[in-house]
Amino acid sequence: MNEGERLVELIPRLRRYARALAGDRASADDLVQDTLERAWSKLHLYRRGTDLRAWLFTVMHNVHVNKVRAARPTDPLDEGLSEIALRATQGDSLMLRDLDRAIALLPMEQRAVLLLVTLEDMSYEEVARTLQIPIGTVMSRLSRARDKLRAMMLGQTASAKLKVVK
Amino acid sequence: MTDETTLTDAELQAYVDGRLPALRAAEVEAWISAHPEHAERVADYRRLGDALRLLYEPIVSEPVPESMLARRPPRWSRAAKAAAWVGLGIAAGLIAGWQLHDRSVAAMVDAGAAMARRAALAHATYSPEVRHPVEVGADQEAHLVAWLSKRVGAPLRAPKLEDVGYHLVGGRLLPGESGPVAQFMYQCNAGTRVTLYVRTESTQNRESAFRYSKEGNVRVYYWVDRKLGYAMSTSDISKDDLLKVSNAVYQQLNP
Repeated sequence: MNEGERLVELIPRLRRYARALAGDRASADDLVQDTLERAWSKLHLYRRGTDLRAWLFTVMHNVHVNKVRAARPTDPLDEGLSEIALRATQGDSLMLRDLDRAIALLPMEQRAVLLLVTLEDMSYEEVARTLQIPIGTVMSRLSRARDKLRAMMLGQTASAKLKVVK
Repeated sequence: MTDETTLTDAELQAYVDGRLPALRAAEVEAWISAHPEHAERVADYRRLGDALRLLYEPIVSEPVPESMLARRPPRWSRAAKAAAWVGLGIAAGLIAGWQLHDRSVAAMVDAGAAMARRAALAHATYSPEVRHPVEVGADQEAHLVAWLSKRVGAPLRAPKLEDVGYHLVGGRLLPGESGPVAQFMYQCNAGTRVTLYVRTESTQNRESAFRYSKEGNVRVYYWVDRKLGYAMSTSDISKDDLLKVSNAVYQQLNP
């Protein structure tokens, strides 16, 4: 199977990641479309034998970052949004319809790490390569994303913290 | 001995994701079992992960829009090398298109397996719930069944499983690949839970034998009966016991 065929095979997974990353269906489909256009035109730059999935998700990540920056030039990419307690009035039941709202409230950089680990089952090294960040940053963003999501969905606060080793 | 000064937060994350070496994972597990607040944290992280997969999994099985499969030719200004690549790409696109056609047939066969996977995820997400395992409880069974039937778009029934040792806890509505699906939860006196996942099937007048699948820690029996697809899930009881419960469900729904 060549790169083109493998790329086509990865489209459903790109769509899943895009939906979780971008939130609504229309923006997600736009993001996938733009990513594919860029990927097809840059495919000759992809180095054979390296991880095509990581390469493709990197393309999507860069396209997304550019879109977000263009839309809101002053929006900080990390720690920008303050989470609100979605479940304050409804106890601690895990409600799927609240979950995608909660995901959308995570800072984009943390969201990306959590989604690649959870949905794509990427190793931390693959996430680091895909997002072009150090592995220590992957771990701290993953930890913060999980704590925030837990606080929003289950009303739990991160009281008992372990030492963070960079 | 492991304590806070040697267990790092990164290791805890890796433990949640099953990415620690076996020996270290065993040490962390022992330490966590002695520290309930961290045990709860790990359990919450895992449940949130299951819920995330459950929420977004249907997108993978959605048909890919044609526009995404169409190759965009590079601009005319590109060099001859790029033009050659387009030729290759079109060939690849044709092959890929043909394979996708093939795959859509396979996808119909695999629809049952996909349902089993979603049922297992739904089971893993909700069966550990202590305070809110269901949206509507068994005390309002008539309302529950009417509500779920309306939303799922087919007359549903909540089978009575007292003969095999289970009573209805209640049910909830979940997002599915092609519309809402229902989950009924049952519990035995010892507290063990099983869940019945019910969805409408796109192809009618179809029946299938019981099929078995194991998704992580969850065992699932699933089958299709006319308009509805069913999946019975457990993470606690044996395959044989699950089959007994599944048979009881099948017989009640097909008297």
